[in-house]
Parts: sequence; C-alpha cells; structure tokens
Amino acid sequence: MRRVMGLVLLCALGGLAGGCATVGGNPNDPLEGYNRAMFSFNDSVDKAFVKPVAKGYKKVMPEFARTGVTNFFSNLGDVWIGINDILQGKIGPGVSDFGRFAINTTVGIVGLFDVASKAGLQKHNEDFGQTLGRWGVGSGPYVVLPLLGPSDVRDGFSLLAVDWHGDPLWYVNNIPTRNELVATRFVDQRANLLDASRLMEEAALDPYAYVRSAYLQHRRSLVYDGNPPPPKPDPGPDSKSGPSGAPTAQAGPALAPAPRNTPQGGATVAAVRQQSYEPIVPRNYAAVIEHSGGVSENLQGARR
Amino acid sequence: MIKLISLLCLSLFATAVCAQEMAPDVMIKKITNEVIGIVKQDKDIKAGDRAKINALVDAKVLPHFNFDRMTALAMGRNWRKADAEQKKVLVREFRTLLVNTYSGALAAYKNEVIEFMPLHAAAGATDVTVRTQVKRPGAESIGIDYSMEKTPDGWKVYDVAVAGVSLVTNYRDTFNSEINRSGVDGLIKVLERKNRSLDSQAGGKSK
Repeated sequence: MRRVMGLVLLCALGGLAGGCATVGGNPNDPLEGYNRAMFSFNDSVDKAFVKPVAKGYKKVMPEFARTGVTNFFSNLGDVWIGINDILQGKIGPGVSDFGRFAINTTVGIVGLFDVASKAGLQKHNEDFGQTLGRWGVGSGPYVVLPLLGPSDVRDGFSLLAVDWHGDPLWYVNNIPTRNELVATRFVDQRANLLDASRLMEEAALDPYAYVRSAYLQHRRSLVYDGNPPPPKPDPGPDSKSGPSGAPTAQAGPALAPAPRNTPQGGATVAAVRQQSYEPIVPRNYAAVIEHSGGVSENLQGARR
Repeated sequence: MIKLISLLCLSLFATAVCAQEMAPDVMIKKITNEVIGIVKQDKDIKAGDRAKINALVDAKVLPHFNFDRMTALAMGRNWRKADAEQKKVLVREFRTLLVNTYSGALAAYKNEVIEFMPLHAAAGATDVTVRTQVKRPGAESIGIDYSMEKTPDGWKVYDVAVAGVSLVTNYRDTFNSEINRSGVDGLIKVLERKNRSLDSQAGGKSK
C-alpha cells in the first residue's frame, strides 16, 4: 500500500511540475490546467463507479445500519483527531476526543453507537493539515489529487505522508480485511455526501471553480475553528451600488486578481505569486484565538 | 373616535418600528425557529414538495435578504461594468438560482438542533455577523453565519457562510472568469441557461 501511496504522490508531484506552465486567473490556483484535467478525471471515475456504488449502498442498507457503519469509522478517527487537537495546543478538545473514543468503544459497542455525542462530547474535525495550518504553514496552491479530490499542497502532503499513520485501518494486518474496511469506509463516506454533491451539481455554474472555492474557504475556516479572520477584500463593487456601502471591517491590502487579458510578464507572475501565498498567521491572530475561547496562551507558546 | 384611530396608528407605527429595530441575532433566531417549526410539521415539505418549500421561503426568508448587495458582492469589481438594466437582470437570475438550489436543502432537515451564538458587535454597528451552529449527532457541528447590514428597512442578510464557505465568494471566481470570457451579457446568458435547465429538471421530476 505504501507503494500505491507513493505512486499517488508521484502522480500529484508530476502534475505539479506539468501544471506549472499554466497560470490561470486565480492566484491560489497556478496549476489550474492540471487541476481541471484531474478534476474531470475524478468526476468521471465518480460517475462511473463510486457514485453508483454509494447509491446502491444507500438503497440496500437500512438507515440505522449505515449510521452504525459511519459511527464505527468515525470512532476510529477520534484518536487521531484528539492527537491533532493536542498538537495544536487545544488540550480540552483533545481530552474530550479521547473521552469520546473511550466511551464509544465500550458503552457504544466498538463505536457502533455514538453515545458520547449524547453525553455532550461533541465530535471535532481535525487532521494534520489543520495542525500545520495552525502552526503557521501556508496552504500553498490548490491541488486536485487523483481519486482523493480537492486539496492543496499543505493538506495533500499531510494526508499522504502523515495522516494515514494515524489511521487505525492501515494497521490491520490481514490485507484483504483491511482493504475491505478501507473500501467500505470510502463508500460510506461517499454515500453520506450524496445530498451535498447533488446540491453542488445544481448550484454550480462551473463545478470546478465552485468546488475549489468551497474547499479553500472550508479548510481556512477549519484551521481557525470556524472563526477565520476576514479574508482579503475583493476589489469591491461600486460603493454606490450597495444600499449601505459601509466598508466591512477588513484589513490588509486589496489583492487585485491576476490580469487575464494581458500577457503575463515575468514580473507580474512573480508579484502574483508573492501576493497569493498569504501568511496564514495574520496580525490579529491573538485576538481571533482569544475570541474563539481563550486558548491563546497555549498557542502563543506553541508559536514560539 | 379620533382618539381611537390615532391610538391605532400609534400602535401600527410602534410595530413597524419594532420590526425595524429588532436586533439582528434576535431576528435570525425568530426566523429560524419559525421556519423549522413549519418544516417539522409539514409532511409535504419533508417529502421535498418544491412548490410548498418555495412558498415558505418566499414568505418567511426572502424578505430578509438583500439580493442587490449579494449580487454586487459576487460580481466584485465587475459590478461597475454592468448597466442598470443588466444589474436588474443579474440580480433576478442570481436570486432565482440561489433560491431554487438552496431552498431544497430545507427538505433535508432532520431534527438537528440549532444553537444561536451570542452576538459580538459594537453598540452602533451597522454590519454584523450572526453565528449559529447546527449540532448533528455523531458528526462535528456546522456553523452557519449570516452577514447582515442595517438598512432603512431593518437588518438584511447579504451573505451566508456554511461551514466557513461563503455563498457569495463561491460564485465570485465563476462570475469573474465568465465576464472575462464573454462579458456581462455572457454571464447573464449562463445564469439564464442554468436556471432554465434546473426548471426543466424539476418539471421532469414532478411529472
């Protein structure tokens, strides 16, 4: 399996190199050419195999059984989530995640029932990509991974190089059993996303751009646990257009999207590059963290 | 008699003022609870009856949205390139797209608990973010944040962010590249085509 992972990584890196030539309009997506190709490849694999299987799975399995499957895999994930919480200095949530695992594994019968949620221990969403983000590592350009879908350089690296070490399924010794478990989890996760993907198909004018924007925003929000600092302001609409025209409280210089119609001079590209990879730790970081629940000391410590 | 009428006027005036002065977080809470209350009891809506869902959204939700501002924000700097007539069409089509695609999500409501976060805003603020959390058993909660601005008609929502994903921002890239490719009219055509295809899909399904 390591070899497969390596291969996937290689593909992604090859794509990186190949895609470098194309500079699209979005400063966060210099690899747009490669990414779009991989996106449509993934999409056709999904349409041909994964989605039909997920639909069948949803049809055949009664809802309580599917919930059990989701809970089972979700429970296995809680340990790694807890470790990442601790790595980010979020001791309380980390302890809560270990508590979830302990309760659900025992009282919840190997995780089939999520008793811990009912007891008030909320599920969290953490992974190593978020930990790196919290530590101040920028996301880097957007990358669509083969089969695994939307990602960026930081999160893709974390997923392929680190996160799977924290995934209990990869430690199952019996290879066929392990593969079955991984496949089941994959199908279960896809089945849970059927509604969301239908909404996406309906709402998006350009599914690629829609997913890219959603992914980048969502990951940014996760790194800040739902309280990201305001994004860089878009060169806004004419202030006369909105009834209020009130400037939203946003800091930082306006980032002009790369000019598309003009040929990209080397200097322009360099300027865009420089601007596009914003430092993930903004000036008001401490205030944001404080706002989100008083763990600033821990984090300040961690940053030093 | 005159006294009575003036009293009536006064009370009408008072309610009107009340509606305007209602704090943004109170307003979101009221609307959310009202809509969920209806969805919970209505079997047709739960079964995905689009006509009923749209009627509910039209009556309870849309009056509190500012689609002019939403469209302007999604257009970004390109908003200035559109003339008055184009702006009108853009707002109409964007509104149709958002309403048709997102109101269907109401049918997916399954007794999730919605928590309303305390509002952090300065006393005289005219632009605030109201945060809510959708608690789901067995999964991490999802934040739904409403960006709101104060207008003469009371507080209006101009953006909604679900799990940190802003509705307006999500369309900005597409709008931008569409306009670069084929101008404002090109974007209008794309929006119209999308809405028509959604219409015919919905029509096909109900038949």
